[in-house]
Amino acid sequence: MMPDLGKYAEAVLSSYAVSLALLIVLVWLSLRRSAKVAKQLEDIEQKARKNG
Amino acid sequence: MIALLTRDLKLAMRAGGGFGLGLAFFLIVVTLVPFGVGPQSDLLSKIAPGILWLGALLACLLSLDRVFALDWEDGSLDLLATSPLPMEGIVTIKALAHWLTTGLPLVLAAPLFGLLLSLPTPGYAPLVLSLLLGTPALSVIGTFGAALTVGLKRGGLLLSLLVLPLYVPTLIFGAEMARRGVEGLDTTTPLLMLAGITCGTIALLPFASAAVLKVNLR
Amino acid sequence: MNLNALWQYANPKKFIQTTEKVLPLFSVLAVVCLVVGLIWGFFFTPEDYRQGSTVKIIYLHVPAALMAINVWLMMLVTSLIWIVRRHHVSALAARAAAPIGAVMTVIALATGAIWGQPMWGTWWAWDPRLTSFLILFLFYLGYIALWEAIENDDTAADLTSILCLVGSVFALLSRYAVNFWNQGLHQGASLSLDKEENVADVFWYPLLVCIAGFVLFFIALVLLRTRTEIRARRMRALLARERMG
Repeated sequence: MMPDLGKYAEAVLSSYAVSLALLIVLVWLSLRRSAKVAKQLEDIEQKARKNG
Repeated sequence: MIALLTRDLKLAMRAGGGFGLGLAFFLIVVTLVPFGVGPQSDLLSKIAPGILWLGALLACLLSLDRVFALDWEDGSLDLLATSPLPMEGIVTIKALAHWLTTGLPLVLAAPLFGLLLSLPTPGYAPLVLSLLLGTPALSVIGTFGAALTVGLKRGGLLLSLLVLPLYVPTLIFGAEMARRGVEGLDTTTPLLMLAGITCGTIALLPFASAAVLKVNLR
Repeated sequence: MNLNALWQYANPKKFIQTTEKVLPLFSVLAVVCLVVGLIWGFFFTPEDYRQGSTVKIIYLHVPAALMAINVWLMMLVTSLIWIVRRHHVSALAARAAAPIGAVMTVIALATGAIWGQPMWGTWWAWDPRLTSFLILFLFYLGYIALWEAIENDDTAADLTSILCLVGSVFALLSRYAVNFWNQGLHQGASLSLDKEENVADVFWYPLLVCIAGFVLFFIALVLLRTRTEIRARRMRALLARERMG
């Protein structure tokens, strides 16, 4: 049920695509870094506990 | 304070950096522009104020990393920080020295370079006046940027990235004033705005620069 | 509620614990608002008689532009809190927010350019609004670059927060300077539509939902990123201690 976008279809679709792609990339990068840092911190804290 | 100023000026003279380099850079920019846009004098005279302002701005930028770098390396900046002079005073003197070695020569040389770019006759006075009013702001803002990046190994590129956006208002009003002068329009409004920005930055920004420098010396 | 109770969240541990519970809530709300708002806007709004279907771009462009400015304001507030009260969470929140603000600025610029192509016949015009956004983007870049360049966390927090203060003043100045400059070029030629005033109710309600969605999205993402920054900071501290010991 795609709405009829007329002659501006390209403009509307591309702006949605660009924006959503940017947002998704931002979220993805944030999530990935969050998971990575959380894991690294976990490792370091465990090591510290073992040594301490 | 005066001793610090003369010392800085002497150092700049002896190193041969400040004075010559900025001016030479300015000259090169002015020489290269006609190669880029073509030698038609009507086109050149139209863009001359903007080119001269941009050239002055870039020449200013080029010498900024030297404002604190030498003193930082040999430790005299730490000595200065422990001296009874307030940090704000030191920063202001540094900015003044930078202006005297780069800004002022640029202002004095600007009419000559205007000639090369076939700047129309009524444009000279507003151009020189706008540079005279605007370049102190460039030096003060640049000193802030230099203070931010003083401790960094490769601060040069970062310094440009930080300082150039801060130059926007000064550039806009300065170039606008010069352009209006060329077109024979009234220059009062940009003149007042430019003077206002310069006074404001000179009055307020040294506090920020001093705060930043203190953090970097910690 | 006692306002002073707010400061307890400046404790990193407390912050992590609380956001653990709050974050899913905000994420879900953000996704719901964004999905509802964008679908409503994309599928169920009529075309504008003048702009045709390009009016649908408004649901991305306006919220992104709003957020681009508001994120900077949030960074200004958190920087001030860092300077005055020296809570690490505050400085780290500003650091976490900056890339989001930069992306919002890019979205606003990109959607604006795509909208401008059919409407104004050009991708880019040196219109005051466009120009100020470009300058705002440069400020974001400088701010992020300064954070990345400095190794010591406290030094970086101090320097960037002062840069944020000074940058705010100059960004504001630039905004007015750019206005003046463009008027100086073309007398009174205004390219930008005053959106809020021209927007009819049909477009207005989905737009509100989208704005709410963007705000919630920002809150969720900034909480997530702040948690990451807090952990990264703790990690660096632990590593440093290990090396010392």
